[in-house]
Amino acid sequence: MDIQAIRRDFPILKRQINGYPLIYFDNAATTQKPHQVIDAVTDFYENHNGNVHRAVHTLSLEATELYEKSREEIAKFINAREPSELVFVRGTTEAINLVAYSWGVSNLAKGDEVLLSLMEHHANIVPWEITSKIKGFTIKYANVKPDGTLDYEDFDAKITSKTKIACLSHVSNVTGVINDVKRITKTAHDHGALMLVDGAQSVPHLSVDVQDLGMDFLAFSGHKMLGPTGIGVFYGKKEVLKQMPPFMGGGEMIKEVSYSQGKGQCSISWNDLPWKYEAGTPNIGGAIGLAVAVRYLESLGMDNVLTHEKALTKYAIERMNECPSVSIYGSSNFSNKLGIIPFGLKGFSSHEAAAAFNEYGIMMRSGFHCAQPLHEVFRLESSARASFYIYNTEAEIDRFIEVIREFDQS
Amino acid sequence: MSTVADYVARIEGTCGAESDVIVVFKYEKKDEAIANILKKAQIKNKIAGIIFELTFEGMSFRLYTSGKAIFRGVKNRQELIDFLVRLLI
Repeated sequence: MDIQAIRRDFPILKRQINGYPLIYFDNAATTQKPHQVIDAVTDFYENHNGNVHRAVHTLSLEATELYEKSREEIAKFINAREPSELVFVRGTTEAINLVAYSWGVSNLAKGDEVLLSLMEHHANIVPWEITSKIKGFTIKYANVKPDGTLDYEDFDAKITSKTKIACLSHVSNVTGVINDVKRITKTAHDHGALMLVDGAQSVPHLSVDVQDLGMDFLAFSGHKMLGPTGIGVFYGKKEVLKQMPPFMGGGEMIKEVSYSQGKGQCSISWNDLPWKYEAGTPNIGGAIGLAVAVRYLESLGMDNVLTHEKALTKYAIERMNECPSVSIYGSSNFSNKLGIIPFGLKGFSSHEAAAAFNEYGIMMRSGFHCAQPLHEVFRLESSARASFYIYNTEAEIDRFIEVIREFDQS
Repeated sequence: MSTVADYVARIEGTCGAESDVIVVFKYEKKDEAIANILKKAQIKNKIAGIIFELTFEGMSFRLYTSGKAIFRGVKNRQELIDFLVRLLI
């Protein structure tokens, strides 16, 4: 990949922060947007804006065409069998809530179990904790080893015939550790359970083939993969989606709402997939922008994206290990890890460290990263987190190390 | 008479067990806020020339020249605001 050519596509990378060139190492939180995505969203609002599926006028038809083509393109990107398996949502959080409230509330009861892990983002914990209070099912958590990898033996021990669904991250948003989703999915299916994968940190960074991996549900967010905020994807196997009730009610998700004078009631029939799960006017511009982001990533090649990130991660860990004041948390096994490095800096809380790097134009995250249970496993009060993407360079990592050395000398 | 609101744009809690609180100064008042703080607080250390480790009334905190301060272990936001009144005004 020609990183300098890629960088020229991202207008924001020309910015200076506090007098220094912007170094953006907060990609696990959100990524920057290439002008191709920005232009596509602008073009939609300037030239094609209309509501989808609602009217016969030109703008509505153009908007519908662009929206549905976007769905087709993204469905191909994850190798879904057909576009109707792909529902547009606001993001990963909404997708997981959709499963918890739609599938979970109608299929789970007292005595049933849901299996999560201790490395989950709060978005894959809280919806299940809320719905367990409604339905009375039990939640179990598979352990995480001290290096941040999933304890597969514990996962295998905790999955039983009572387990109705297993819900795990493909890649940890704190450590970047990649879970063996194919193996976990097979184990879940062998026990008669469904498998939900939180793909927020995997789909943007590596090739995800839903047919090969076999999961029943996949959730991911557009803004973490060069797309706009407020758009994400919920993938579900058609046969499972067909059996689930709708998540939210409103326009678009119904075929008919017919009032019977005799009964004094409305009878309602649901729309076909995927629109049954898309109540109200969707984020049309966001979906179009996300499809352009997908096109951008495909033009680079997902294998190249992964190779670049792994090389950067290896380089960053080696350079950070040169600094005695830096403690890297979790696994340093490059083969099983994406470009996310949680760390501590001696003499700084994580927030003090992130604020200090910001003085030099280096943006990174601090805190729990919405994964407090994993920090409790690591016995950490919080962590700073550097996370990389396609436009980051070794030179930026060198600058990051220089800044750490300046702190060390003070 | 100036108030804390004249200088402070936002006070943000952070996630993490440390209970750090970040005070972000208004861009147009940050230089004045920093000057006021440096007049009153004692400098314990200066990191890389741009971050001050300070103490005032027994409380340690860090001041960043881009316009923010981080206070560790804040239990009570009103106590912090009262502290900022004494520190800034």
